[in-house]
Amino acid sequence: MSAFRDHILRVGLILAAFAIGATTLVVLTENRTHEKIIDNERQTLLKAINAVIAKDQYNNEILADTLMLDANKQLGTNDSSIIYRARLNNEPAAVVLSAIAPNGYNGKIKLLVGIAFDGSLTGVRVISHKETPGLGDKIDTKKADWILNFKSLSLSNPDESKWKVKKDGGQFDQFTGATITPRAVVTAVKNALLYFDAHRDELFAISETEK
Amino acid sequence: MNELYGPIIRDGLWKNNPALVQLLGLCPLLAVSNTVINGLGLGLATIITLVASNGLVSLLRKQIPDEARLPVFVLIIASIVTVIELSMNAWFHELYLILGIFIPLIVTNCAITGRAEAFAARNPVGPALVDGFMMGLGFTAVLVLLGAMRELIGLGTLFSEAHLMFGEAARGFSIVVFEDYRGFLMALLPPGAFIGLGLIVALKNVIDARETTQVQTVEPVAEAATS
Repeated sequence: MSAFRDHILRVGLILAAFAIGATTLVVLTENRTHEKIIDNERQTLLKAINAVIAKDQYNNEILADTLMLDANKQLGTNDSSIIYRARLNNEPAAVVLSAIAPNGYNGKIKLLVGIAFDGSLTGVRVISHKETPGLGDKIDTKKADWILNFKSLSLSNPDESKWKVKKDGGQFDQFTGATITPRAVVTAVKNALLYFDAHRDELFAISETEK
Repeated sequence: MNELYGPIIRDGLWKNNPALVQLLGLCPLLAVSNTVINGLGLGLATIITLVASNGLVSLLRKQIPDEARLPVFVLIIASIVTVIELSMNAWFHELYLILGIFIPLIVTNCAITGRAEAFAARNPVGPALVDGFMMGLGFTAVLVLLGAMRELIGLGTLFSEAHLMFGEAARGFSIVVFEDYRGFLMALLPPGAFIGLGLIVALKNVIDARETTQVQTVEPVAEAATS
């Protein structure tokens, strides 16, 4: 009996040793890579931001000039999101905000929307989506240029009532075989513009944390 | 040398191919084999993990108690995958952004636990490394073939988005096989993966069956030659 117990104890200890070894390996790697990964993620974020607002339109430290926004129905966000504020020589230039189209064909479509101070779009990009390959995924710049057409549009160009896909009487192209996806994106971008229109000055105000 | 490694190589690539014969690792296999590049990406990540885990398991095989071997394998594989994921995220960030989603999938690939149990735990480090590499290569070959079939039928292209993996220079790799192709969605969705894999398995069985009958007729000559 005691031999059996010794055996179990021995196996248990070996297993524990392996667990400690494996964890140590992961912790050491995590330590060595941590800063590099954060830096990489910043670069990737900056690249995404620069896709919706051209680098020459601002000269502030955009990743540091942020505003936390609580979950917002109009933007479709369920969690707090970060708004990046671009300024040119300390004058407000544009904001980059996250918007979510909740009604994609296959779940949520996450967007990054850049809006200039005058209310026109500086660019829109899809950050993540699960739309059907070959049909709805043309909203992605990897597949098609459709989403580039949003650039420099605003609530008055086209008229607010024309912010729909053509099938619904608006001016935006749908895709062959996919209307739901572009409809969801167009609505989400329009809502983002409406949100910006109503909150522009708050969005550019310097927040408490930055003074 | 050849006597030792020959069978291992044949096993991994053909006779005991993890995807076609052992039917292991189907979850990641079916999930990401919708284009050639996706298949290649997951295949490469799997090769690295298989070689590392086979090597480590074989190295530690005398220390691993028989009763606790499975939890130990899981520990080893999970930490290897995590280390690979973190290292790629740090030093090959561009590649990580593409392959990143596949790497956690590798933990669920039972081909890796399977090789640890069936081969690495009973063999010296050298053969274990070769086995890991060959099994990984066999898995990759099926992934790429299935990816090519599904991409060709589903999208009418081959090697689309190669630049995501090989950099901007590879943009030209992409081949549009059928101009103005309307697409065949089912090939891209999960049912297409099952049907495609079924066809490949069937094809392999046909080739094997044909070879067996041929071997039977030529066997005496072959034996005379080797002896």
